[in-house]
Amino acid sequence: MTTLPPPSAKKLGLVIDLDTCVGCQACATSCKEWNGLGAAPLSDYDVQGADPHGTWLNRVHSYEVGEGVEGRTVHFPRSCLHCETPACVTVCPTGASYKRAEDGIVLVNPDTCIGCKLCSWACPYGAREYDYAVGVMKKCTLCVDRIYNVTFEPEDQVPACVRACPTGARHFGDLGDETSAISKLVAARDGFDLLPEFGYKPVNKYLPPRPKHQTEMPVIQPSDAEAATAAAKFFAWADKMLSR
Amino acid sequence: MHPAYSVIVFTCASGAGYGLLAWLSIAGILSGGSAQPFAFGLAAFGLSFVLITVGLVSSTAHLGRPERAWRAFSQWRTSWLSREGVMAIVAYAVGGAYALLWMFGGAGGSTLFRAFGLLTFTSVIVTLWCTGMIYASLPTIRAWNHWLVAPLYVGLGLMTGRVVLNSALGFGYGAVSTNAVWLTLALILGAWIAKTVYWSQIDDAARVWTIEAATGLGSFGKVRSLDPPHTQPNFIMLEMGYDVARKHAERLRAAAVITLFLVPAVCTMLLLNDGASLTVLLTLAAVVSGGIGIGIERWLFFAEAEHVAMVYYGRDAA
Repeated sequence: MTTLPPPSAKKLGLVIDLDTCVGCQACATSCKEWNGLGAAPLSDYDVQGADPHGTWLNRVHSYEVGEGVEGRTVHFPRSCLHCETPACVTVCPTGASYKRAEDGIVLVNPDTCIGCKLCSWACPYGAREYDYAVGVMKKCTLCVDRIYNVTFEPEDQVPACVRACPTGARHFGDLGDETSAISKLVAARDGFDLLPEFGYKPVNKYLPPRPKHQTEMPVIQPSDAEAATAAAKFFAWADKMLSR
Repeated sequence: MHPAYSVIVFTCASGAGYGLLAWLSIAGILSGGSAQPFAFGLAAFGLSFVLITVGLVSSTAHLGRPERAWRAFSQWRTSWLSREGVMAIVAYAVGGAYALLWMFGGAGGSTLFRAFGLLTFTSVIVTLWCTGMIYASLPTIRAWNHWLVAPLYVGLGLMTGRVVLNSALGFGYGAVSTNAVWLTLALILGAWIAKTVYWSQIDDAARVWTIEAATGLGSFGKVRSLDPPHTQPNFIMLEMGYDVARKHAERLRAAAVITLFLVPAVCTMLLLNDGASLTVLLTLAAVVSGGIGIGIERWLFFAEAEHVAMVYYGRDAA
């Protein structure tokens, strides 16, 4: 059913820290690995050719933000935000796209999707990618096949992207529970929604970069610079002498 | 947005087919008690259902899994695409019954005949409206999320359907009535004005979706794309990143105005002075020109539309 379920108390999602993300792509590649090797793989095309591309559920952009001393590089992972009122679900003509009533995860049933692509048009975040090889839409599953897998060690019962992140920039938890660690993190760091103007109420939150430390840059004094030049000249001379 | 030919053929062909069906239903409702012409009915309804069917079959070519298309009838509570699918079947059913009553029902003025005419007209208009709403209901694409999009799908369907009906009348009877000529001209003028207003308003609308808005990083300063996530275009870039040069868009708009509105209007106007000699030729010229024109208009509808997701990939705004 594409009619949205009543709001769930449990809202599983991710919190992405734009301050600590280093843009290493580990989340994207581990996502591709976990979701690409299972029963419904993520197709790749022209892998060894001139135009290699494929279906990925997580993309990491790198942006330059601000100018001069205020400038910084911000790495920006982008995937499904598991919105509370997602248009990608309500526009689906078949009911293949749905939001789970129990935990709010947005999924696509690959057995009933007709590949009309309307859901991808409805998503402002570009989070859904069509799989040309099998003719159905693919999207982040929040690793629903990991997070409830009780045969896994507790530390592995998280989405593959969260498990792979080397800087702890990705957090997984229940954003519907105000007392959860992830909700407290969002409150403490002023976590924000992407494009809230659309009204789809993303569950995933982004944490903004922390303010830059405004420490004075050490200014090299002219005498130091001259000394450095003199020392450099001496070592160059010594190198020349010893090289004879 | 990527202009998929299957969807362009679908909306143009079925639009004209539904428009033709709408005019046939009005003709029946307004007719007196005499029996409807059998041969003309067979030809005109046949043409209408061929256009609708070609369109609907073409639309399934856009699907990744066309064999599952029947599933699209289930989610009419929320999905305009599903509503359109349901209404297309309803229009088939009531339109088919109406066509049978036209051809085999005897006296044309019967209440049943008129009731089915009204049902056909209503279901056709609702179907065209649903097609328009598939696009108009998407706030992610500013050029589509516009109040004139759904009315234009209905209006252009009625206009192109009328132009096709005139040609059928030309072939069948060698003449188009003066009232029909004025009605056609009014439809062309109305659609022309609506499309002109639409183009002017989407050109003037502010492109409010910037990369700063999309990343939420605007408070830190100007945002520029440094490294893309991948080297080759992915689905999002192929589907939403279609870019038609402004220069080409302007020329194509002019071509659309000439072929879709101007030539059919002139051909139709010439019918007023014409004896029977040129009626077939003029009405056919209007169909051919209008067919090319609606194709260009629909291609531009997709090609000129910008999707907000592309700003993540460095598009300046949407």
